[in-house]
Amino acid sequence: MSDLSTLIFGRLSLDSIPFHDPILIATFVVAAIGGIALLATLTYYKVWGYLWSEWFTSIDHKRIGVMYMILGLIMLLRGFADAIMMRIHQAMAFGEATGYLPPDHYDQIFTAHGVIMIFFVAMPFVVGLMNYIVPLQIGARDVAFPFLNNLSFWMTSAGAALIMISLFIGEFAKSGWLAYPPLTGILQSPGVGVDYYIWSLQIAGVGTLLSGINFVVTIVKMRAPGMNMMKMPIFTWTALCTNILIVAAFPVLTAVMTLLSLDRYLDMNFFTNDLGGNAMMYVNLIWIWGHPEVYILILPIFGVFSEIVSTYSGKRLFGYSSMVYATLVITILSYLVWLHHFFTMGSGATVNSFFGITTMIISIPTGAKIFNWLFTMYRGRIQFEVPMLWTIGFMITFVIGGMTGVLLAVPPADFVLHNSLFLIAHFHNVIIGGVVFGTFAAITFWYPKVTGYKLEPFWGKVSFWCWFIGFYLAFMPLYMLGFMGVTRRMSHFDDPSLQIWFQIALGGAVLIGAGIIAFLVQLYVSYKRRDSLRDETGDPWGGRTLEWSTSSPPPKYNFAFTPRVYDLDAWWHMKSNGFKRATDGFMPIHMPKNTAAGMVISGLSAAFGFAMVWHMWLIGGLAFAALMIAIIAHTFNYKRDYYIPAEEVALVEAQRTEVAA
Amino acid sequence: MSELSHNHDEHHDHHEEEGPHSSFSGYMLGFMASVFLTAIPFWLVMGDVFSSRNTTVLIILAFALVQILVHMVYFLHMNFQSEGGWTMLSLIFTVVLLFITLAGSLWVMYHMNVNMMPSMMSGGS
Amino acid sequence: MSHSTAMPATEPGQFDFLVKGEHHVANGTLLGFWLYLMSDCLIFAALFATYGVLSQNYAGGPSGADLFDLPLVALNTSFLLFSSITYGFAMLQMQQRKLKGTIIWLAITGVFGAGFLGLELYEFYHLLHQGAGPQRSAFLSAFFTLVGTHGLHVCIGIIWLVTLLFQLRKHGLTTANRRRLFCLSMFWHFLDVVWIGVFTIVYLMGSLS
Repeated sequence: MSDLSTLIFGRLSLDSIPFHDPILIATFVVAAIGGIALLATLTYYKVWGYLWSEWFTSIDHKRIGVMYMILGLIMLLRGFADAIMMRIHQAMAFGEATGYLPPDHYDQIFTAHGVIMIFFVAMPFVVGLMNYIVPLQIGARDVAFPFLNNLSFWMTSAGAALIMISLFIGEFAKSGWLAYPPLTGILQSPGVGVDYYIWSLQIAGVGTLLSGINFVVTIVKMRAPGMNMMKMPIFTWTALCTNILIVAAFPVLTAVMTLLSLDRYLDMNFFTNDLGGNAMMYVNLIWIWGHPEVYILILPIFGVFSEIVSTYSGKRLFGYSSMVYATLVITILSYLVWLHHFFTMGSGATVNSFFGITTMIISIPTGAKIFNWLFTMYRGRIQFEVPMLWTIGFMITFVIGGMTGVLLAVPPADFVLHNSLFLIAHFHNVIIGGVVFGTFAAITFWYPKVTGYKLEPFWGKVSFWCWFIGFYLAFMPLYMLGFMGVTRRMSHFDDPSLQIWFQIALGGAVLIGAGIIAFLVQLYVSYKRRDSLRDETGDPWGGRTLEWSTSSPPPKYNFAFTPRVYDLDAWWHMKSNGFKRATDGFMPIHMPKNTAAGMVISGLSAAFGFAMVWHMWLIGGLAFAALMIAIIAHTFNYKRDYYIPAEEVALVEAQRTEVAA
Repeated sequence: MSELSHNHDEHHDHHEEEGPHSSFSGYMLGFMASVFLTAIPFWLVMGDVFSSRNTTVLIILAFALVQILVHMVYFLHMNFQSEGGWTMLSLIFTVVLLFITLAGSLWVMYHMNVNMMPSMMSGGS
Repeated sequence: MSHSTAMPATEPGQFDFLVKGEHHVANGTLLGFWLYLMSDCLIFAALFATYGVLSQNYAGGPSGADLFDLPLVALNTSFLLFSSITYGFAMLQMQQRKLKGTIIWLAITGVFGAGFLGLELYEFYHLLHQGAGPQRSAFLSAFFTLVGTHGLHVCIGIIWLVTLLFQLRKHGLTTANRRRLFCLSMFWHFLDVVWIGVFTIVYLMGSLS
């Protein structure tokens, strides 16, 4: 009988639930109450049908984009909770005081914090923005592969779900967000934590890779007539380069994770200490992925700021061509710098010098961008809306972070600072100053397009100042601590003179928390006051690119007629040359149908991943077989589209003409 | 409604033949070249033809490269026009990255092994 | 309340801003699939790099020269090469819209592919029995994973091929099916390209003492 229960349950048992940990129990209770409340509310208002047909099964890039943003926001709350727990603990744990987190719980927190922030906050935000905006900017009705788009979202969500489950069933990895072996090999991490990590990333990785292919093809093949490459909006250019990076980098992550799981599951010897394994090969390969990954995160944000700066300055972007070339150069160079993440691992002076030099070179195109933004603003008539606040904040903060990066690019300096809190401060400096500030700027900028009303500026400013001051309070002390030699990922210190800096950092983190709350308040208040914040024109800021030519929100089909493009800043050109909305001649519009297949495939993938984590071979085998059948069955579906009748298009367009008049 | 999509399908049939055009002679040429380019390396190794290992390695790598090109041109119909040049561009980009991954990894790992595991550098037995 | 302080001056248009007729968006499936193949190429790049770094780490166990059966590999290679040419014949039939010919050559391709897999499984089984499995050393882990991943791709290709056979019988040589045949064609030839790398770098170079 116990053989049967092992076959079904693997190593899963009641012991896997962390009943002994009061923090987790409390978290579970709160999450359960919140979750049940949410489900009950949705059921009470009978919205499940609506959610199913309008959101979950939707292949509309606009819906999928919003779902990505919601996913990112939810995971931001989880990732931030991890952050504040660490800050509180590190502010307390000196000398005799051991803090409130046992070391192996602390280790899971910093690991989960990193994994969640990179893979399930930053990536969804960036992918969500590209999803919503790119098809609109190029005058297309959707992406090249709408079904794959839906699948990509659900695969990412499945990965996120696996990580969240690890909080309550079993444990997470304790290895840091990149999970270096031999610590993550089967001997030193025999538990489920690293397996949760691996399967979560593999599943989400499939989603990301498919998304990358989708957007490259979309941008290459679906641009409106007349929009040649050098007439594309700059955000679309950065999206193109980002997705090229995704297609080129994520396979390496897939391969490395596979090798690690082969070591763990089948006793192979890629990264073991004996039998010829070489753990440094993991470090080498994972950073060949890892460095392009950070450019995947930041390039779309550069595009966002380019759009924001030119729109709110009322001027064409300065140096459009040089911005494009800078982006392309960064794309290529991002493959030539990866070793700077492990200068100290003994590759020697020749190798270190090469990568140190390339790392310094890659900072140059980014510097060029900063100058171009400043020159765009110069002599412009600047609208000082909230996105511009985030932009100024970004320019100051990101430049500081970039400079510390150039400092770290010098190998001898890195030998002192590697894996110190200086490094932590540097990358948070660029990621928060860049990706986070950029995301909030983008959300505020495009919110009226998505919802039809603007965000309330007051709470936006509150959020910004809390984030801005909070960031400096939280991370400048870390630069100091890094210079003083303090190492990362430590949960306890003996030297009491360090404590004050950690306490200041905690203050900063609390302020950032206030910034997040202010943002949530802003969402709520804006919704309540949406009528007074309404935008009926579709173009509240004097936009320059095609997304602003649609209604807010755009109709399902985006454009009743595909636009024809003659110049950069196509919408600005249209406005300057007497563009008139069409009032007749509408034709039926060819649209893809909704699908449940994405959810099914992702659900089965998540089940498979969970089964593999717990060595539930029978269920895993069944889930895998079901997955294959589901995929193959889907390919037998040849009827995936329908037509919106011309009368319906005419009706929608007429309503808009009326409102805009 | 399905009528509409059927007509749509037929309409496409007339004005665009998607994908590259194959020819019998193209395939036969590619096949013959591949047979030759496979047989020679196997013969060189199995027959122990050259005493110098390095010579053999260089030659079989060169033959492999040529055969890959043959497959690309005659079987995969690689050309500069396909998809407005994007097929070729993405291939070149991929090959560059392949080279960086291979050469970069070998270079980096060799140096690491030499510096950090000198005892392991004599053939690993 | 619109803020746009910098509104462009509107001039009477001489520009035709809207595409009034039917706008056929170009199909992106072939390009998309090619890009997927490029990403697959980079998975193999990582596996080749790993093999390159670990290929001398025998851990006191057997090396390639001790293990590889080159005549078997030559036979395998010929199976794969034949399968490439038979797929080519299938495409020629497709071009002439000959459904039956397409199906026949496709099926023959599948048989060659299955033959390749069978021989490879036999080779792996033989190695495992000699105690030269992937657990024995880093070299063998890298070998089994690189060659095995290629074999897994061939396996998926065969499943896809069989599925397509069913779909061809059901719907014939429609545009969608012809597109799928093109995609599988790219996939199949790409696998042969990877195999060139495998037999050269793994088997031939590995057999040199």
